[in-house]
Amino acid sequence: MDLETILFYFFMGLTCLSVLYIAWTKNILYAAFALMLTFLGMAGLFVFLGAEFLAITQIVVYVGGILILIIFGMMLTNKLSDKKLVTQRYQLGIGVLIAIGLGYVLIRLIANGAFRNLVWMDRSHTTTAGLKALGMQLMTQYVLAFEIIGLLLLIALIGALYIAGKVRKEESHAA
Amino acid sequence: MQLDALLILAVVMFCAGLMVAITRKNAIMVLIGIELMLNAANLNLVAFSRFDPQALQGQIFTLFVITVAVAEAVVALALAFKVYHYFQTVDLDKISTLKK
Repeated sequence: MDLETILFYFFMGLTCLSVLYIAWTKNILYAAFALMLTFLGMAGLFVFLGAEFLAITQIVVYVGGILILIIFGMMLTNKLSDKKLVTQRYQLGIGVLIAIGLGYVLIRLIANGAFRNLVWMDRSHTTTAGLKALGMQLMTQYVLAFEIIGLLLLIALIGALYIAGKVRKEESHAA
Repeated sequence: MQLDALLILAVVMFCAGLMVAITRKNAIMVLIGIELMLNAANLNLVAFSRFDPQALQGQIFTLFVITVAVAEAVVALALAFKVYHYFQTVDLDKISTLKK
């Protein structure tokens, strides 16, 4: 076991444990902090998989953006008096059953798929293409998708502002 | 790196996210579950992208998935904020006006 393998499994364990903690805990705020550990662990795994740019993106976008947004949403949609931010669970039996069933099916599928024996699997030790090739492909081959995704972000921004920013008249009917 | 271990980790993440999304009452918690499911898909894409000859298609698709996840999270939180203003709660069981 060299250091690389140990670090790889450390990040895997970090991700796995924090995910299971999110599934188990009732406290929303603890779930959000466990989600941060999940995102950091996944960024570490991305580095090991040769996707350094995605690792940085994961940290900047998820930890710096979405997680802060989720915590803000939590604080705006709860009355923060003395009580803890606890969510109730319902249909727990069915939920656990569906999750375990789906997990069993997928793991059987992975075990039967035997990806290791496929022809294209032995190229794993080629050098990764790196950031320059990623940028070149994004700006040439995938430039249409890139522009459309920018448009989607603009639409989402305007839509979110329109939904949350305006105070309309129907609020006087609030129950 | 072990591909099978990564795939199984993605399965665990997806199933945990699914369970969180269908068993919690709080809308924010459901959103966290959806983020977990999207991240599981990302992990699969990047893991297989390593075996791509140019090692890039999966990574570029992951970039787009991250962007869509951001747009979804923003709109969903704006909706949760508005629902809280209207109903004074984000408990998904109590938002049942259409049932009456």
